[in-house]
Amino acid sequence: MNTDVLIIGGGIAGITAAVEAAEVGKDVVLVEREHWLGGRVVQMHKYFPKLCPPVCGLEINFRRIRQNPKIKVLTGASPTKIEGDTGAYKASIIIEPRYVKGDFSELTECADKCPVEVPNRFNFGLSKVKALHIANELAYPFGYFVEKEAVNDPAMKEFAAGCDCIDLDMQPETVEVNAKSIIYATGWEPYDANKLDNLNFGKLDNVVTNMMMERMASAGGPSQGKITRPSDGNPITKAAFVQCAGSRDEKHLPYCSAICCMASLKQNRYIREQYPDAEIHIFFIDARTPGRWEDFLQEVEDDPKTIIHRGKVARIEEAENGMVTLTAENTLTAKLEQVTVDLAILATGMVPNAIKDKPHINLKQDKYGFIENIDNSGVVAAGVAASPKDVASSNEEATGAVARVMKMMGGK
Amino acid sequence: MDAKLGVYICSGCGINDVLDIDALTSMVNKELGCQFCKVDPLVCSDDFVSKIKTDIESEGINRVLIAGCSPRYFADKFKFGADVMVDRLPLREYVAWMADMEFSTDLDEAPELYQELAEDYLKMSAARVKNSTPPTAIVEETTKDILVVGGGVAGLNAALVAADNGYKVTIVEKEAELGGWSRKFKAVIPQQSPYRDLQTPPHVELIEAVKSNGNITVKLSSRVKKTSGQPGQFDVAIKNAEGSETIRVGAIIQATGWVPYNPEKLTDKYGYGKFSNVVTNIAMEEMALNGKIVKPSDGSAPKSIAIIHCAGSRDKEHLPYCSAVCCRAALKHALYVREMMPDTNVFLLYKDIRSPGVFEQFYERVQEEEGIFLTKGDVTQVAEGDNNTLSITLDETLLGEQIVVDVEMLVLATGIVPTSKVDEEAVAEEEEVEVAEDGKKEKSKASGAEVGAQILNLTYRQGTDLPTLKYGFPDSHFICFPYETRRTGIYAAGAVRAPMDMGMAKNDGLGAALKAMQVVEASAVGTAVHPRSGDVSFPDFFMQRCTQCKRCTEDCPFGALDEDDKGTPMPNPLRCRRCGICFGACPERIISFADYSPNMVSQMIKSVSMPEEDDERPRYLVFMCENDAIPALDIAAWYRHKINPWVRIIPVRCIGAVNTVFIADALSSGFDGILMLGCKRGDDYQCHMVRGSELGNYRMENVQEKLKQLVLEPERVQILEVELSDWHRVPGLINDFVEEVNDLGANPYKDF
Repeated sequence: MNTDVLIIGGGIAGITAAVEAAEVGKDVVLVEREHWLGGRVVQMHKYFPKLCPPVCGLEINFRRIRQNPKIKVLTGASPTKIEGDTGAYKASIIIEPRYVKGDFSELTECADKCPVEVPNRFNFGLSKVKALHIANELAYPFGYFVEKEAVNDPAMKEFAAGCDCIDLDMQPETVEVNAKSIIYATGWEPYDANKLDNLNFGKLDNVVTNMMMERMASAGGPSQGKITRPSDGNPITKAAFVQCAGSRDEKHLPYCSAICCMASLKQNRYIREQYPDAEIHIFFIDARTPGRWEDFLQEVEDDPKTIIHRGKVARIEEAENGMVTLTAENTLTAKLEQVTVDLAILATGMVPNAIKDKPHINLKQDKYGFIENIDNSGVVAAGVAASPKDVASSNEEATGAVARVMKMMGGK
Repeated sequence: MDAKLGVYICSGCGINDVLDIDALTSMVNKELGCQFCKVDPLVCSDDFVSKIKTDIESEGINRVLIAGCSPRYFADKFKFGADVMVDRLPLREYVAWMADMEFSTDLDEAPELYQELAEDYLKMSAARVKNSTPPTAIVEETTKDILVVGGGVAGLNAALVAADNGYKVTIVEKEAELGGWSRKFKAVIPQQSPYRDLQTPPHVELIEAVKSNGNITVKLSSRVKKTSGQPGQFDVAIKNAEGSETIRVGAIIQATGWVPYNPEKLTDKYGYGKFSNVVTNIAMEEMALNGKIVKPSDGSAPKSIAIIHCAGSRDKEHLPYCSAVCCRAALKHALYVREMMPDTNVFLLYKDIRSPGVFEQFYERVQEEEGIFLTKGDVTQVAEGDNNTLSITLDETLLGEQIVVDVEMLVLATGIVPTSKVDEEAVAEEEEVEVAEDGKKEKSKASGAEVGAQILNLTYRQGTDLPTLKYGFPDSHFICFPYETRRTGIYAAGAVRAPMDMGMAKNDGLGAALKAMQVVEASAVGTAVHPRSGDVSFPDFFMQRCTQCKRCTEDCPFGALDEDDKGTPMPNPLRCRRCGICFGACPERIISFADYSPNMVSQMIKSVSMPEEDDERPRYLVFMCENDAIPALDIAAWYRHKINPWVRIIPVRCIGAVNTVFIADALSSGFDGILMLGCKRGDDYQCHMVRGSELGNYRMENVQEKLKQLVLEPERVQILEVELSDWHRVPGLINDFVEEVNDLGANPYKDF
């Protein structure tokens, strides 16, 4: 397969780079390791500061992809090897099987009967899902697949034996892509909250992460959009946001993830919409809402039932009736403050995927794994692969990345 | 070429369970005037798709109606070339999956109602394809050259990348040298790991690269006097001391940057201009660049300096927003002081330290430095003491305690004001003069034109410059589409668009350059750019019937239409974004696209069979925005939400493209109620066509007036906002509307 631009990562930055490149006339191969496009943003309920749904812009981008023959999308796909130099890269892409072969109609019937359920990764394990399923209501491509973890399950094997449209023996395929340039848009994963011993995530059900909160607020999420206590489904009377949970912290992520303050302020609004009387606490070190985002901070500061604390939460402990108690040291007074709430939301930061899954070609990375762009290179990073940032900045960078690589392959 | 229609009905995915396919087929054969109607349980199979292709090639079919699943699925399979009009009718989603078989207590009725629904949809779909023709692009002679206004970091990066991509670029810079603010800085905050050390300002290398690039022409000490035309054909008059010349360009990047917030406004608050040793961060930068930081009072080196981070920013009386860079600039200034004057202490007085992302490492570096003291609080007073020293009083917000910091010099970190910000006081003065001169209270420009900052001096009917958001930034309103612009072919980049540092300005310039390249390429072949990229249709005006009402020229969200003296619209097809809002505005219905016209929509409305009042089968029409409401309905269908079988849906490009005439048509055809589902309007609007939803709502006022004249209840016509994530609500909204209007009784005009 020959192309102009190979884009690795089908989140918002990769999708943007793909459509922008195609709309200036370049051929694109967009590679995404999951079986669906959209990366982190498709898991989100709303964007700050407009509180508009990410799926709205994604839908337009999917339409741009659907109608543009210059874009080839490979899902379940990731590179295993990349060789070559500017103008002539050779990438080996492994494509994981979806383990299905029937038509849509048959698969829908089959999925209804599927006996095996697995934790739903898309919902961060907050719910279960049939092992044969479609990832989410906006999945692109909108197709069934079998979760890989269920492939060796005996019950799944038995089910597959009696069903014409599942084939668990399918093997990955490898395709070779010859590309003149590459855009790395490999994105991020949330910092593992299990590493934050003092905050007892994983031990206390009512301590969740900000990304879990996105799913909890979403109509397609584990509770159909109703935000409740995960432990018992009871309503929220008090909640607390823990900013910099593992960020700006030498023991965890020393850097700031740039978006968590705004994300929590946004999630404050999710709770407020459902619980007009809930008492909500936010523990900040610094409230980082640069530019016009300041207006959004102002709105939350004007909410009489939202209490802003200055300080970093030192620990979270179990309290009575499933509640949890947060203890924080006020940065100004050095005094300890405690609040007891139904739900604590940890604003965990962004870890670039490129720290674990190193790019297959020699790129400059900082010590945290972010890829640093250098001028006049045929390989460019965009989005959170390059540094922590929000969606609009990711899309700016992705658009600019196309201009950068285009000139390296001879321009217009 | 005559329309030859082939109809293909899919019976799979549950369609067969709800509908009598044989009956549908015979209706189609009898009533739709098609060449044939074919049925298959798997129309999306490769085998069947190749049969359709054979029909096109051997039977000359040029209108294809596929009744099966939503066009959001299997799009690749049903592309048959530009000469074949295809309509994909989602029988699966709109009928089969959303059928409520318990809708009626009479068990036979529900299947009958959904059968009628499917029949109507087939008739509407046939009307759609039969009343549209394949559009052809307008191809005119265009240029692909690009103009960059502003030679700072954003503009230089934009110009260089466009030039390196083979485009001819002209840079217009108002100052005598390139480089913008970079040229006025001693150093800039680090943009490379480990993000600790200050860096050389980027302009030196950029200017060198620009000078040696044969594709770039630089015009210094110059301004844009006038811009007219359209993408691919902008004529830009550039003026400088030597005179004026006009160049033709295909796209424009406005990278005109920022000016510091006027410190004169901070006299009362921080003593600027009153106390001699209060200076701005700009003055600080200038002193550092010149190698000596001194007190203005006596020219000696200060032994202590305080910097107020949000001097006039995050302040309701001044700039309510945060300028995003002042914290890091203050940290930088603290380092300058420590480097140049090791004995001088620096006090940083901040509200929050905003060093987001990787810049946390720069903040850490500054914290390691001795002699820099960080104090959080709100400055409440600045007073002058002996020998021009300064006492600064802070409220520590949470403690309620007051702190006083005594220093020899105070630096105000003033914020960023975009050059696009219109000086309202100046404009007010200007208007007053006009009123006095001609005695009329009218602006000299076309009515409704927005006041502009007079940077590009567009000759557009809707105003001289890029429309701006709150605080005067001509930023995109769309998070997903940061280069969305309301003036096609003109892109803002850098700090004029939003407060940003030089690293971001570089990225932003590169991104804007790509959009400029896109638009010149699209203009050369006559296709639309985002959000309907690739669309080759354009609105055709039947001018003989134009009444010069100016609605289209006022309503176009993209300023595509100019006006002659009489008010006749003068279309600029290359500015057009194909939203159809003009055709929604036109009371004479003279604006049509080849594949989308008022006649087509009217024919769709009229093709719905209308039971008589006694049949007790009312009919409701729902216009739905194809960007959000329609996909939302698809998702609701996927989750098998139910929809009332009396409802007929027509997707539209935008709610702003619904002409009030359609509503009149529908009411006179006997529809009992009409609902419009569009995107959110208001400050946080989500309408992809910017103003469509707003205009749709505005036009409702006229509709309500009309209803009153006809003695019809206002509830019969409603407009509601939905967003894509509302899919779980959409069927309920439609069903509730039906229920509400049904209680009013039948449309009294039904049987006329």
